[in-house]
Amino acid sequence: MVSGAKYSPASFLSRLMKPFITAHKRYGTEWWILIAGALIILFMIYMALFPSTLAPYDPSDQAAGPQLGEPSRAYPMGTDNLSRDVLSRVIHGSRTILGVAFAAAILSSLIGIPLGLLSGFIGGIPDRILSLVMDSVYSFPGLILAIAFAAMLGPGVVNITLAVAVIYIPTYFRLVRGQTLSIKEELYVEAAQAIGARRWTILLKYIFPNVIATVVVVFSLNIADAIMTEAALSYIGLGLPAGIPDWGRDLSMGKKFLPSGVWWMITYPGLMIVILALGFTMLGEGLSEILNPRLLER
Amino acid sequence: MKNLLKYAVTRVFLTIPMLFILLSLVFVILRVMPGDPVAAMLGGHAPPEVIAAKREELGLNKPMIVQYGEYLAQLARFDLGDSMIFDQKVGTPIAEKLPATLELTITGMAFTLLIGVPLGAYAASRRRTGRDFGIRLYGNVAYCIPVYWMGLMLQLVFGVWLGWLPIAGRTSPRVFASLFEKTGFYVIDTLLAGNFAALGDVLLHLFLPSLTLGIVLSGIFVRLTRANMLDVLKSDYVLAARARGIPENKVVYRHALKNAFIPILTMMGLQFAILLAGAILTESTFSWPGMGRLLLERIRLRDYPTIQGVIVVFALFVSLVSLLVDLIYALIDPRVKY
Repeated sequence: MVSGAKYSPASFLSRLMKPFITAHKRYGTEWWILIAGALIILFMIYMALFPSTLAPYDPSDQAAGPQLGEPSRAYPMGTDNLSRDVLSRVIHGSRTILGVAFAAAILSSLIGIPLGLLSGFIGGIPDRILSLVMDSVYSFPGLILAIAFAAMLGPGVVNITLAVAVIYIPTYFRLVRGQTLSIKEELYVEAAQAIGARRWTILLKYIFPNVIATVVVVFSLNIADAIMTEAALSYIGLGLPAGIPDWGRDLSMGKKFLPSGVWWMITYPGLMIVILALGFTMLGEGLSEILNPRLLER
Repeated sequence: MKNLLKYAVTRVFLTIPMLFILLSLVFVILRVMPGDPVAAMLGGHAPPEVIAAKREELGLNKPMIVQYGEYLAQLARFDLGDSMIFDQKVGTPIAEKLPATLELTITGMAFTLLIGVPLGAYAASRRRTGRDFGIRLYGNVAYCIPVYWMGLMLQLVFGVWLGWLPIAGRTSPRVFASLFEKTGFYVIDTLLAGNFAALGDVLLHLFLPSLTLGIVLSGIFVRLTRANMLDVLKSDYVLAARARGIPENKVVYRHALKNAFIPILTMMGLQFAILLAGAILTESTFSWPGMGRLLLERIRLRDYPTIQGVIVVFALFVSLVSLLVDLIYALIDPRVKY
């Protein structure tokens, strides 16, 4: 009997869920922050992947409703100056911003992490030069750098992703380099050297896995930042070409109608940016508390 | 004191490579990367001879390394070059717009500190209570609000719905800046001219944009102040002060806060870069005639020398502020090793 109960689907599910449910006892509030962040992100990802299942209208349909219509039952977030449904635009806009932010964060981590690993591991003059360059870029306001890149490259999904990605390379580089430097001095690395492990083995098998935990946290916080940067670039008109629903650009369109009291065109896209950025920040903070409790204190 | 001087000199010399790298980076972005400024400026259908002539006139046909040398030599003479679109030096519009941005940045920082530091200190003194949690929540949410959206929301509430505050520009149309403009800092200019009606008008216009910057940036300071205060409140001298029967408020806000302030100062330096970026977006929202608007306007006109000039000035400011903060830090904290 006992073994039968053990393999019923319900108990299997409850065993699967158990670590999630009991985890809050171990980690306290941080756990719920993490869960809340993850739920926000999952919902937004669903929105980005299957916008048509949620949006009542086509986001570019210029005959969806009245012009500058106030929020009503048929148009919960109102309609814009081109008679498009704001709710549908908000839902479809999630795809743009999430896509750019994810792609940019992945790209900058793919460049920043190996550079940081190598620089910290090899040391010497190459490390000094690379660190100086990265520190200088890091000290410069990221948005201004992204503006310069975006202005040179011109509008386009790929270009804006590149512009956002470039400014976060130093973030990963500095983090990974610092970690590599301290792990390099650990006893187990020395032991590996003593038994004659090759340099690549030490780098990839002993150092890299220990760096990854911190990278996960920074990756999440970085996406939050990239979301804000993408939205800012679109807001000032350096973002995506016209035609793609985008929260930042919708905000700058709504700005023109603000003096006449049209509040719905600016309220909702902006609120979505806040919620999405908050989701990734919460996930990052929760993760950092659970994976490496001391990271944020430093 | 001698040691301090030595530190200061070393620190100044350390700024030079950083500045050099930033200037080179600007050059790489604007000149080496794909995208031909001349073709863009003349439009897609200009004949190749015309493009070639314009390139020669602007010195863009020279080898990259020569252009780079000329660029650095020009900067060393504090010359930012000539505009490609207008018949003016690049330095002229920058000198005109820089005070507007600095005025906004400084008042924005003032609001940031006024909101962030007391809230953070209060949260630390009420650790693990509902109020502490609420303030921490505020800090995290404020950090995630795009600064331009905050600006739009404040405009909507205070400008459009309540009609209390102006939402665009530095002065009302009826107030002529030419009557008092001297330094470009309108608050100072109106004071110097003794024109208090204009001063009131200037302050009213300054209020919303700087409050916007202040609220958004205060999130980081809430968090930082709280974390530092928690450390300081654990220290022996705080215990000693409490044991002497000094009122709790005085212990927290006088004794402890003073010592929690040093990391906050460093943070101010680091945040200055973010503040500048925030100022660009705020300027765009509030039609504030500063550096950010200049940059965006010239990007639209494809005036590359001016774009480069604005970014170079930003780089100068960032390096200068980080230098200043380090020096002040060394001056007030005797524990810093020279």
